[in-house]
Amino acid sequence: MTDSSRPSDHIDAPAPSGIAQPKLGPVGYLRFFWRQLTSMRTALFLLLLLAIAAIPGSLVPQVSSDPNGVIQYKAANPGIAPVLEFFQVFTTYSSVWFSAIYLLLFVSLIGCVIPRTKHHFDAMRARPPKTPARLSRLEGFTTRTTSGDAADAISAGQQVLRRAGYRTELFEDSVSAERGYLRETGNLVFHTALIGVLVTVGIGGGFGYTGQKVVVEGYSMTNSLAVYDSFNPGRFFTDASLVPFAITLDSFTPVYEEDNVKALGQAIDFTADVTTTLGGGESEKRTIKVNHPLEIGGAQVFLLGNGYAPVITIRDPEGDVVFSQPTACLPQDALLFSNCIVKLPNGLDEQLAVVGFLYPSAVEDNFGRLASNYPDLINPILSVNLYTGDLGLDNGVGSNAYSINPASLTQIAGVDSDTPAIRLSPGDVADIPGGLGTIELSSIPRFVSLDVHHDPAQVWVLVFAVLVVGGLVTSLFIPRRRVWIKALTGSDGVVTLEYAGLARGDDPGLDAAVAELADKHIDQLSPKVET
Amino acid sequence: MTDQLVTLSLVAVYSAMAIYTVAFILFTMDLARRTAAVSTVSPVVTAHADGYTTVLERVDAPPAKSPRYLRAAFALTIIAWVLHVSAAVFRGVAAGRVPWANMFEFTLTATAIVVGVFLVVQFWQDLRFIGAFVTGFSLIALGIATTNFYVDVVPLPPPLQSGWLVIHVFVASLGTGFFAIGSALSIVQLLQSRRAANKASGLRFLDTLPAAEKLENTAYRLIVVGFVFWTFTLIAGAIWASYAWGRYWGWDTKEVWTFIIWTIFAGYIHARATRGWRGARSAWLAIIGFAAVVFNFTIVNLFFKGMHSYSGIPGVGE
Repeated sequence: MTDSSRPSDHIDAPAPSGIAQPKLGPVGYLRFFWRQLTSMRTALFLLLLLAIAAIPGSLVPQVSSDPNGVIQYKAANPGIAPVLEFFQVFTTYSSVWFSAIYLLLFVSLIGCVIPRTKHHFDAMRARPPKTPARLSRLEGFTTRTTSGDAADAISAGQQVLRRAGYRTELFEDSVSAERGYLRETGNLVFHTALIGVLVTVGIGGGFGYTGQKVVVEGYSMTNSLAVYDSFNPGRFFTDASLVPFAITLDSFTPVYEEDNVKALGQAIDFTADVTTTLGGGESEKRTIKVNHPLEIGGAQVFLLGNGYAPVITIRDPEGDVVFSQPTACLPQDALLFSNCIVKLPNGLDEQLAVVGFLYPSAVEDNFGRLASNYPDLINPILSVNLYTGDLGLDNGVGSNAYSINPASLTQIAGVDSDTPAIRLSPGDVADIPGGLGTIELSSIPRFVSLDVHHDPAQVWVLVFAVLVVGGLVTSLFIPRRRVWIKALTGSDGVVTLEYAGLARGDDPGLDAAVAELADKHIDQLSPKVET
Repeated sequence: MTDQLVTLSLVAVYSAMAIYTVAFILFTMDLARRTAAVSTVSPVVTAHADGYTTVLERVDAPPAKSPRYLRAAFALTIIAWVLHVSAAVFRGVAAGRVPWANMFEFTLTATAIVVGVFLVVQFWQDLRFIGAFVTGFSLIALGIATTNFYVDVVPLPPPLQSGWLVIHVFVASLGTGFFAIGSALSIVQLLQSRRAANKASGLRFLDTLPAAEKLENTAYRLIVVGFVFWTFTLIAGAIWASYAWGRYWGWDTKEVWTFIIWTIFAGYIHARATRGWRGARSAWLAIIGFAAVVFNFTIVNLFFKGMHSYSGIPGVGE
């Protein structure tokens, strides 16, 4: 980034002009391009380019953070979407162009850190330089006089400097001192730690995985590939990374605001009580809360969502159960008005689709319409529309479990049919029109959406992040400076002491520091006055 | 009890705004007075010999006495700030938590911190000449907050119930405070260097202010402090996200913009050591950086979809 023989924050002089460039061979050109890449200008350019390149990803939904948003965006903007797709804007932060910028930036960074580290290593072992001839040309120049001996004054000055943390070197009639090597050390730690963050983030992403699973009260999940509803493995993921554990959701307890009329029904606490087993070990009672993930088998389990999973039981005309299981409903608002879909391709005479609307605390308005005004189950009603026809599950094409295609279906209960929507409270049983059988709302347990996350390098990312802050503070606030004390014996035998300093990098306090040194030194030299 | 405290908080905010308005006017009048005063002050030049060389130095025009408008404006700013801080405290007590859990509260507290940084910085250097900027900025921000961002006190949703809310958001506000003062100085620096370039044209009061290079150095020192806070905010946010959302970094829109701001100010710090970038160009970077901070808080919060949807304003950012 900078000339390695300069301190990190050295300020370049204006560029010289009119220099005849020598002819470069292939190696010369390689060196030229390397110099260009590792120059401060290029680094700055790449840094600012990185800032600009990050913008599109905040304007357009990203596959990684908002996959549904991407689908909606593509549907809403069929014209521009393919163009954005081509330029990888939906995956900005793993796109070729974004990667190219930060990789070049980091190559530039490495190309700068390595020579600077070597130079700093040498500087750390070097002695402070010879005292300049004319201290008065330097910053903070000040003088004092003393009646004592010049050599004594200098050696006392060396003591003062040493105590102040300077590295000192004695010369004939002067002492030369330097301090603040930690500034450059901090700077190098900062930049190296940034590389560390990048590498460990890459390793963590490569070897880790995340998986999502909906678990209903009373049910369990195990940590295996087939169990997850969705699963994102890293590039180097193997099944061996899945530590075998099981989690049973014993109960899920939300707390909703009851007193504050301005926030009635707002969720204020979620607690999932679970039983876990790791490997074939003992089972253990644990809890998972938002902000308090469960740690198990090197993975973390987060509580990211919840809702209702009504158990719908469907019987054929003979009374035999053909379907009975909890169905997770998608919450539609913060008060948990939810939408559930059951598809039943077999068991009855016709294929059946159940579209349910769950009102946890149902109230009826003047027109007889249902609404729900509280997220807890105070007066739960499941309003059910039923469809028969072709569910489209037989042709092998994947379909969304949370939606139906009404085009190939006929509504047999609901607003578009002769039978109105069926309203079920827990325990209610209703006939399915057309003599197909019965439908029952058996119970309404809750479900939670668990996010299992394994990142083997996460701790290291944190370590490097802490080093980034430490290095930054050190490199910005520790002044690096040289100071000198010189003793000149006049013809009258009076010794004039000269003090001056030289800032190496940004150092606003230099003048004050030199003055303070001079005062301390004189204090040291003058005999204590008895009172 | 809560309702009284909320009302008390609002009364304090409105009073603070009224006093800020007067302070703003007085700060502006002080700038006008400086314009008038310039014509009567001639630059003082001293020469001194130190045994080796003779040096000519222009001495900064000595402030004969702190002018009346300026002293009054500054005193009023202190009074308004005390009211402003108590507004935030009342709001926090009313809610039973830190007063920065939604956009209204965050604006209230962050502007208090901006003004606080401005006041504290005076112990170090006399930067009262940016008082008009600081009070004007806070006034606009508070005006928008009370009219457009206001929400009632409601309990914290579970993801916000974390110690990191206290640390992450507070340090972000501190960083914002330092960036605000630093970029204000950068604006004056740009005016000053433009005036120096085409002699004696432009705003005459600039002659009474420090030279461009001094402004640049002061701005730099404030912005590096802001940068350290911002770096910390970024990391604290990532740690919190790893507990609350199951990942420490996910390129959420707010994360993206926090990263962009970090990168701009990192560029600013490097620009100072880059040939051709010192001076006006780095000042522009500081101003762009602070503009991005404001953008991140307003436009990104209100119009971008993301996980930081804690404005509390119905239908926003969801």
